[in-house]
Amino acid sequence: MPNLKDLKNRIESVKNTRKITKAMQMVAAAKLRRAQESAEQSRPYTERFNAVLGGLAASVGGSDSAPKLLSGTGKDDVHLLVIMTAERGLCGGFNSNIAKLGRARAQQLIAQGKTVKIVTVGKKGRDSIKRDLGEHFIGHVDLTEVKRVGYDNAQDIARDLLVRFDGEEFDVCTIFYSKFVNVVTQIPTAQQIIPASFDDAGEAGASTLYDYEPSEEAILADLLPRGVATQIFAALLENGASEQGSRMSAMDNATRNAGEMIDKLTIQYNRSRQAVITNELIEIISGAEAL
Amino acid sequence: MANTLQFDLVSPERALASLQATAVQIPGADGDLTAMPGHSPLLTSLRPGVVTVQSDTGNKTYVVTGGFAEISAESISVIAETAHAGDDVKKTDLEDVLTNARTAADTAPAETKDAAEKFVADLVELMENME
Repeated sequence: MPNLKDLKNRIESVKNTRKITKAMQMVAAAKLRRAQESAEQSRPYTERFNAVLGGLAASVGGSDSAPKLLSGTGKDDVHLLVIMTAERGLCGGFNSNIAKLGRARAQQLIAQGKTVKIVTVGKKGRDSIKRDLGEHFIGHVDLTEVKRVGYDNAQDIARDLLVRFDGEEFDVCTIFYSKFVNVVTQIPTAQQIIPASFDDAGEAGASTLYDYEPSEEAILADLLPRGVATQIFAALLENGASEQGSRMSAMDNATRNAGEMIDKLTIQYNRSRQAVITNELIEIISGAEAL
Repeated sequence: MANTLQFDLVSPERALASLQATAVQIPGADGDLTAMPGHSPLLTSLRPGVVTVQSDTGNKTYVVTGGFAEISAESISVIAETAHAGDDVKKTDLEDVLTNARTAADTAPAETKDAAEKFVADLVELMENME
């Protein structure tokens, strides 16, 4: 049986842990609100952009002159997987869920005989991906220094991808990120961005006949690279909100567990203290009787 | 026909404006143009410049760098790469953009070099007019 002093120290230490997890939870809650706001504010842009681009793609897409970003390279051999995770841990299954999805896809593609290349965004994903799929790893984007993800960051990633695409380093590009549903639910998602696919957009743009200035093709060629950046930006924002949401619920659980542990330890502490008292009483009484 | 049209200005980071306007001047890729209610549907890319919105409550200006505009009879949406409200935009905000554009223009391959250099020239002109 542990002595009273040990128990007391143990309770103190768990109390300190609870303070930390509680603080982290509150910080995550505040950050989540901010992340959700920025995700919300970028939504009008993304929606309009995709509507216009979808309409354009629908009208130009069929022709032979369609840009490669839209029609693809005609091959399906080299896949680039962009796996976006967080820079920091302690956020439940967030990082490992995304990495798991990415890894499963990579293994599936390898089994089909395709070449797989991997770019990671975020330190946590890089570490776990490098361990299993190190030989496929070709690059990493570091956002450790970035306090608040901006469109610039997305543009930088997109530029890097487009340079690789122009250099014919890959045929298909898919991004992996976590879609934010609510604080307890984040869905790891895979989304193909090159060649561009528009399933849900298109009706709005296609229904009107537009004049184009300069030409339809020129605008489309101008917009497609931006579309890549826009999709990456949207994914980064979703990821940011998911990370904070996931951290919030993970820390909430940790705080609750610490509370339960404290209760248990306190009961044990009180019992042993009572046992000591009872023991002393017995000793006194039996001493008195012996006289 | 209504004498106003719905004007929306959105950038990736936020929606800057949504209001009823009587006329909107935008810096189209091939030259400035003014959209008024009943304009024929037009999709144009933008060069860096100033968007001027005329409405019943007065004129508003926004500085945009790149992007595109979707114009229809009842509405105009400016979907800008970066956008600032005209009153609080400072030269320093655009200097980063200009530096990036300059490097892009220097490294651009031959077929896009003209466009990149035009972008830089437009930016410089815009910044000179801002004082």
